[in-house]
Amino acid sequence: MTVADVLLLALGTVAVGSGALVVTSDHLVRSGLYLVVSLGAIAGLYLVLGAELVAWVQILVYVGAVVVLLLFAVMLTRAPIGPSPDLDRPALPAVLIGGGLGAGLAVLFADAFRWAEYPQPQPGTAERVGEQIFGAWVLPFEVISILLLSALVGAIILSRPDVGARSTPEA
Amino acid sequence: MHVVIPYVVAALLFGLGVYGVLRRRNAILVLMAVELMLNAVNLILVAADVSLRSALTGVAVESWARPGAAMPGTGGVLALFVIVLAAAEVGVGLAIVLQYYRMRKAVVVDDVRLDGDEERVAR
Repeated sequence: MTVADVLLLALGTVAVGSGALVVTSDHLVRSGLYLVVSLGAIAGLYLVLGAELVAWVQILVYVGAVVVLLLFAVMLTRAPIGPSPDLDRPALPAVLIGGGLGAGLAVLFADAFRWAEYPQPQPGTAERVGEQIFGAWVLPFEVISILLLSALVGAIILSRPDVGARSTPEA
Repeated sequence: MHVVIPYVVAALLFGLGVYGVLRRRNAILVLMAVELMLNAVNLILVAADVSLRSALTGVAVESWARPGAAMPGTGGVLALFVIVLAAAEVGVGLAIVLQYYRMRKAVVVDDVRLDGDEERVAR
């Protein structure tokens, strides 16, 4: 057990624990805030695994933008402040499928990698990631930029107030 | 480092995400669970970067591989792409949820009618 292992175990425990609270909490807002904790712990895991730029992008985009967007949506849909009793469906199929999938994948990975020791990677710099993106991965990068632009335009068109107003004239 | 730890953490997070998608009725909570699943996939990409990089040292690049694509850091690049996809997904998804809320005053995914009977449901 090295320092990296202890860090991985601690951050992984935090990530899984707060992830479990995200999907079981009765409060909508608390779910969003537990999501912040979980995503932050995953960013810490990226740091330990040597993917520095991915960790900071995770903090910036996920914790900074996606969670804020989700909390805005919680507020805009007039979610109640207290616990909401009607958030969940019956638990049994979800427990069977989700628990079975998680446990099965965990057993598969544990069997594949055992307790093998891997060398600690050099922390990756932004320079190397930039070389990768604009060298070998430049075509997916451009495609993804077009996808992001079309998603932006689609979100704007979807949230125009006159779209869908015809079907509810009395509202 | 023992790379099995992030792999198992990612597997458990993915299971939690599937559980959340199946269990939750609120559309925003379903999107949060989808974010958990995407993060599990990202974690697997970054961990695979570590384990495969050390397993592939000294291995000649296959002829089908792009010359630069076998360099270390590829998992991180793919994780960045997935993060961008997740941002686009959550933007469009929340736009749909908010528009649905404006039309029906509800965000419960069980009540969404899929047969397109717009007029009768609206009244």
